[in-house]
Amino acid sequence: MRYMPHTAEERQAMLQKIGVSSIDDLFVDIPEDARLTGLLDLPKHAPEMDVDAKMLAYGAQNLSPSSAPSFLGAGAYRHHVPSVVDHLIQRSEFLTAYTPYQPEISQGTLQALFEFQTQVALITGMDVANASMYDGATACAEAVLMACRATRRKKAILSCNLHPHYREVTDTTVQFTDFSVESLPPSIDGVEDLTADLGKDIACVVVQNPDFFGRLQDLSDLADKCHEVGALLVVVVTEVVSLGAVRSPGDMGADIVVGEGQSIGVPLSYGGPYVGLFATRQKYVRQMPGRLCGETTDQDGTRGFVLTLSTREQHIRREKATSNICTNAGLCSLAFSIHMSLLGEVGFAKLAKLNHSEAAAAADKISAIDGVDVLNETFFNEFTVKLPVPAQDAVEKLAAKGILGGVPVSRLLPNADGFENLLLITVTETNTDDDVDQLVAALKEIANA
Amino acid sequence: MLNVGRPSRPGAVTQGHDLESTYTGNKALNLETPLIFEQGVKGRVGVDMRDPKEVKSRLGGLERNEEVGLPDLSEPQVVRHYVRLSRQNYSIDAGFYPLGSCTMKHNPRINEKAARMKGLGDIHPMQPVSTVQGALALIDDLAHWLKTITGMSAVAMSPAAGAHGELCGIMAIRAAHDAKGEQRTRILVPESAHGTNPATAALCGYKVESVPARADGRMDLDAFEAKLGPDVAGVMLTNPNTCGLFENDVKKIADLIHSVGGYFYCDGANLNAILGRTRPGDLGVDAMHINLHKTFSTPHGGGGPGSGPVVLSDALAPYAPVPFVVEEGGNYSLQEQVEEGAAKSFGRMKTFHGQMGMFIRALAYMLSHGSDGLRQIAEDAVLNANYIRVGLDDLLNSPFEGVCMHEALFDDSTLKDTGVTTLDIAKAMIDEGYHPMTMYFPLVVHGAMLIEPTESETKETLDLFIGSMRHLIEKAQTSNDPEFFVQAPKFAPRKRLDETAAARSPILRWTAPE
Repeated sequence: MRYMPHTAEERQAMLQKIGVSSIDDLFVDIPEDARLTGLLDLPKHAPEMDVDAKMLAYGAQNLSPSSAPSFLGAGAYRHHVPSVVDHLIQRSEFLTAYTPYQPEISQGTLQALFEFQTQVALITGMDVANASMYDGATACAEAVLMACRATRRKKAILSCNLHPHYREVTDTTVQFTDFSVESLPPSIDGVEDLTADLGKDIACVVVQNPDFFGRLQDLSDLADKCHEVGALLVVVVTEVVSLGAVRSPGDMGADIVVGEGQSIGVPLSYGGPYVGLFATRQKYVRQMPGRLCGETTDQDGTRGFVLTLSTREQHIRREKATSNICTNAGLCSLAFSIHMSLLGEVGFAKLAKLNHSEAAAAADKISAIDGVDVLNETFFNEFTVKLPVPAQDAVEKLAAKGILGGVPVSRLLPNADGFENLLLITVTETNTDDDVDQLVAALKEIANA
Repeated sequence: MLNVGRPSRPGAVTQGHDLESTYTGNKALNLETPLIFEQGVKGRVGVDMRDPKEVKSRLGGLERNEEVGLPDLSEPQVVRHYVRLSRQNYSIDAGFYPLGSCTMKHNPRINEKAARMKGLGDIHPMQPVSTVQGALALIDDLAHWLKTITGMSAVAMSPAAGAHGELCGIMAIRAAHDAKGEQRTRILVPESAHGTNPATAALCGYKVESVPARADGRMDLDAFEAKLGPDVAGVMLTNPNTCGLFENDVKKIADLIHSVGGYFYCDGANLNAILGRTRPGDLGVDAMHINLHKTFSTPHGGGGPGSGPVVLSDALAPYAPVPFVVEEGGNYSLQEQVEEGAAKSFGRMKTFHGQMGMFIRALAYMLSHGSDGLRQIAEDAVLNANYIRVGLDDLLNSPFEGVCMHEALFDDSTLKDTGVTTLDIAKAMIDEGYHPMTMYFPLVVHGAMLIEPTESETKETLDLFIGSMRHLIEKAQTSNDPEFFVQAPKFAPRKRLDETAAARSPILRWTAPE
């Protein structure tokens, strides 16, 4: 077995040194009737070559967006990741290090986290960000918990146009706490009154921008109304590339910004691992969940970085901790940070502009199809299309033609009436004009069938 | 507190006139790099892309009109920055990393290759299921391995990490009690538990009660029994426990908790020690999370991402979170929504379907090892830990008698009156080229040193490590020179860092100098 070094002779010598006669003597604490004597009913060990072939075979059964025109979004976005990113995150020193609990020999991870925190704070327009969460949805749930702690209130209002998984994860997370969540029902035209129940008992209002259907809105008035009653405004961003083109949530008055950072540097990987972003105002720092990296100096006065404010965390506070979270999205946050460093001010803005222009051009072509409507007046790189047929059937037909044509709204909102024909279409810098033309031709066929 | 300007070069701080100073702050191969924000020149770019089309904006007048504040660098500059940063990290690839409770084993590269394969690394979570049959088959096969290894009937794949898995398990327990109309209020947790255990129980609305440890390092069965009652929802027990010991009363604990209608949650952080030797399902466990990033070698990545699937007993399986893969006649589908019913899923824990990238790596690892290799993992991990235990226990005190499982635990009693602490020993280990063991955990042992070698290490490595530890401990006991230890580490990229100052007035981001 290639990963384990001991020879039979070495094992024997080690047992002798320990003072036992067989390996079984080291497992005597396992109750006798629960000891396994034979092997588990699983295949025996395999050469690397065989494992390689087996894994390739799994992949071969999937239609890869790398080889098919793909317009999928709904919270996960295909972008070009520069080769440098994956090369650097595979350096042993990043890949195979643990959490930086020994700062003297973990400055690489720590400085990268400090830079990540700064980048996230800058793009969201907030003061501070943490060292990442599991994903956007868990970050959203943690934001609601944090808002309840910070305001000492017990109720949150969730916008109807929040990504359904974010709403479900938030509902699930708070269901056994003292806190409660009011979710407004999904609305096809995006009209909702988030202020109807907004009073002095509300901890926060959670709203997504661009929303699940791709629409953009100015949240400044909503922020003011929240602040008038002492509630926090939580803004969710599932497509962070949009922040290169659109005013930041911080600029609109958000108190907490959470998001999915996958778009920058992280591969689709069938939905995970991704990287949850979490940023807030300075005054709420000590209420934040998750790891935080801070600057300090060493005994020589040289600048260095450490994990800090850990008195908020579970390993110190145990049942009184701000959250039970221990792991972050370490390597994915590094990928995010490297990609963002490559983009810089100029590249980030250009990438956003490119996405928007490709999407706008595609929307014009799609809305010209008879029987197909683009519902959005505003959008960044994702918009909602109304088809004359159920979207679920349409995507299957498109897939049969080798086109990954979008996400049916009904897959995420199966119980909402009137959503069957809605299709979410995302266009990014990875889509060519030919991709769009193929989609338009296929949609025409489907619409006229 | 955020408006602190930054020196533009690290050398600006470290420059001195003694023999060990350099103008740049670099020391030959020890290369410093300023913050990314202190580098770059406006107008440089690290990514080329085509020009955007001229279109009518659909941003609704919400165009960003202020700069973000990101620095502009070329690709080679970015590469150099991160290569220099990486070299300031210790890693399992570079050296021995006996961090107790963390299972820092070798991370095979075939796993990395597989995770990046076409059709695995690049597929979208919302593709029609007809186009991802291979992905669903992979998840289902991994689930089969996990269920077989643990002897449990179901597995929830979506939790993103160990603590997330704990949350999944305790939520399933809460949901099961709620479905029966029972309002239970307490969860029992041994005092040696990971901090995530009580934090998780609290998030599920339970009051946490701590159960003391016996003199032999196991949970005190009498104290446990005395705390049981109809209001106890369950027990959270780590097994092997955080002292590196197998809870030999585990079946009695299971029977007792079941006798009052409670459930048995097992923290599976230490599964590595028992692979193929026993199955949690045979020990009466109702729910247990599995850290794929520990036991099944998915890389720790400097703190994540992890993956924490939760195996469940028949009693808890109906409450598992969505989504889950359903296989029928070789055709795979996904159950993505909670279906109404008396015993129903407690909800959803994250977006999409779980940490697929980690599933791929873990399955590649399991296929590589097979049933025989998995058992060998546990045997070698336990062998190595005991080898370290007997190599040091004449110099360091083992607080508990007898053999250990996958990690050797010592207290600091033999350092008494030396002026040297567990922390000092750890920092001196850094100078010897090791990552220190876990310190001051578990809390039940004074000045704890928890050493987990894993199965990856050679006998030569263990011998050298034992020799190094003996050298340091003997030096602490005999040299009467605590300064040697207090000054450690001397050769790391940084001397000891001021963590108190970092917490007192936190600087959590870079800010442009005024």
